[in-house]
Amino acid sequence: MAEKPYGLIATFDDTGALLRAAQRVRDAGYRDWDCISPFPIHGLDKAMGLPRSRVPRFSLAGGITGFCTGMTMIWYMDKFDYALTVGGKPFFSPLFAFPVSYELTILFTAFATIGGMFFVNRLPRHHHPVLNYEHMRRGTDDLFFVVIERRDPRYDAANTRELLEQAGGRDIAELEG
Amino acid sequence: MAQAAEQSAEAPAILSEVRPASLPRAELVGHGRSFSWITAKICGIAEEKTPAWWWWCFGVACVIASFTAGGLTYLVATGVGVWGHRSPTNWAWPIVNFVFWIGIGHAGTLISAILCLLRQKWRTSINRSAEAMTIFAVVCAGIFPVFHLGRIWYSWFLFPLPNSNEIWQNYRSPLEWDVFAVSTYGTVSVLFWYVGMIPDLATMRDRFASVGKLLRAKIYGVFAMGWRGSSRHWSNYEMAYLILAGISTPLVLSVHTIVSFDFAVSMLPGWHTTIFPPYFVAGAIFSGFGMVLTLVLPLRAVYKLEDLVTQYHIDCMCKITLATGSMVGYAYAMEFFIAWYGANPFEGFTFINRAFGPYAWAYWIMVTCNVVTPQFFWFRKVRECTWLVWVLSLFVNCGMWFERFVIIVTSLARDFLPSSWGYFSPTVVDIFTFFGTFGVFSVLFLLFIRFCPIMAVAELKAVTPQANPHAGHAPAEESAHG
Repeated sequence: MAEKPYGLIATFDDTGALLRAAQRVRDAGYRDWDCISPFPIHGLDKAMGLPRSRVPRFSLAGGITGFCTGMTMIWYMDKFDYALTVGGKPFFSPLFAFPVSYELTILFTAFATIGGMFFVNRLPRHHHPVLNYEHMRRGTDDLFFVVIERRDPRYDAANTRELLEQAGGRDIAELEG
Repeated sequence: MAQAAEQSAEAPAILSEVRPASLPRAELVGHGRSFSWITAKICGIAEEKTPAWWWWCFGVACVIASFTAGGLTYLVATGVGVWGHRSPTNWAWPIVNFVFWIGIGHAGTLISAILCLLRQKWRTSINRSAEAMTIFAVVCAGIFPVFHLGRIWYSWFLFPLPNSNEIWQNYRSPLEWDVFAVSTYGTVSVLFWYVGMIPDLATMRDRFASVGKLLRAKIYGVFAMGWRGSSRHWSNYEMAYLILAGISTPLVLSVHTIVSFDFAVSMLPGWHTTIFPPYFVAGAIFSGFGMVLTLVLPLRAVYKLEDLVTQYHIDCMCKITLATGSMVGYAYAMEFFIAWYGANPFEGFTFINRAFGPYAWAYWIMVTCNVVTPQFFWFRKVRECTWLVWVLSLFVNCGMWFERFVIIVTSLARDFLPSSWGYFSPTVVDIFTFFGTFGVFSVLFLLFIRFCPIMAVAELKAVTPQANPHAGHAPAEESAHG
């Protein structure tokens, strides 16, 4: 094992065990810890005490930007920069500018949502101590893990290991940093 | 009062005898398959040695696709005159094909977005392939309007880019709205598809790494963005996915609405109707589900996916086809009614002409395929007969192509002035180019089957009974409510 491990990892075999373990770790007051699962588990956010995701803020900003871009672009092009009479229709009206602005709202929201999700998750990150764990390959298949990081103020090699054992974890190991 | 009191006193006694019927929820994954079984099954499809049938299909698909390549090359080298549309029918097969392919894409977005918002869990086993179908259908659709321009080297004029004439696009035209609608639709569909695939790409990365295929593990790893299944990530991921579903829903409805504006905003009898947007959207979903059935049923048979695409899934798809097909039938009837009720002689003539004029054959093919075919899905026996469902889905595909043909060609061929009437016939270039797009679509879909996880592995696991973390505490019946 490395001098300074990244943290401790424990393996769980089913979602119920993971959920109960998450509640215990949360109640023990840890902050820098995580669960690993091959699919999203209903109720795990609450069991971990996670706050509501910040992704919607990015989406809202993206949507507003998109709508304003559409309206401004059409006003600039068809009224301000080169006004061209077509069929006696007005040079600018929010009505005919709406469909394009609507589509741009959706387009920008989509990019902002996905970009925001990657930003909040700090992805892409291809090298992470968790990914180096030998059994982690089953973390995207059928096993569940709890990881408690060493940088957590409550981290203590012996006590944390005991907590994970009591929570029902098996194969508790130190992750190399 | 006394009576009421008496009733309330009696009520508990009666209630204790009442046994509410327990309606078991249909199994979404058959035979109680485990997580690792699902992973191995789906990832195994892309991991195994390329089967011989795949090469045969790929070869045939490439040959068919070459018809489009040949047709388009000839068109660009010669001019749009090689296509059959002439005055008065200046929009013909290219626009029919465009609307046909765009419509097919809509079921993919409906399955991934609208059914996600409605929490229809059966979507999980078909959403990946349906989304792939959407993207490939948009690719096929996009070919036609671009080449219809004739001088395709000017196709960038469609987009708001500064050009040497310093003239901008005309945003008062629905055709320009369509440019934005279709390009947004294509882009968002790709994003949605890709984001949904990230966890599964990570699964494939880990599987390749564990058997020592490091190059493949690296390639899938790059696309998996370093996904590691962290719950903190899942939380944001699920939120992002929900928002994408939320914005894709108005998007999919708007795309075919705007496509219908291409017609409805004009002044031509048969096109100038307010029923078009909802009617086009229902038709698009109808045709899309037809195509989903056409694609998923053979996939299920070839890869023995009966535990993942169960009879319940097929039932659901058939019922949506039935519902949207009936909506389309209602729209046909309502169009006729309004043409009569509106008392506009030109409008009235157009509809009589559609049903009994020179294109009556196309009209009745359309009605038979789109209104009569789905009615068979009322019967459980039909829905349980897989090959019959598949054959009926082909009729739906065919009928929806004819619907667009009827709307576009019959309205243009005979409009206001009898002296300018005409009869449209496609040329061999028209036919080859359209035929070839099925090859283009098949080539892309076959590549998808070989290289991507064809079902949403993570989502499938999440709908299994063992994924419910509360299942262990309560008897199975009660946990179903939780």
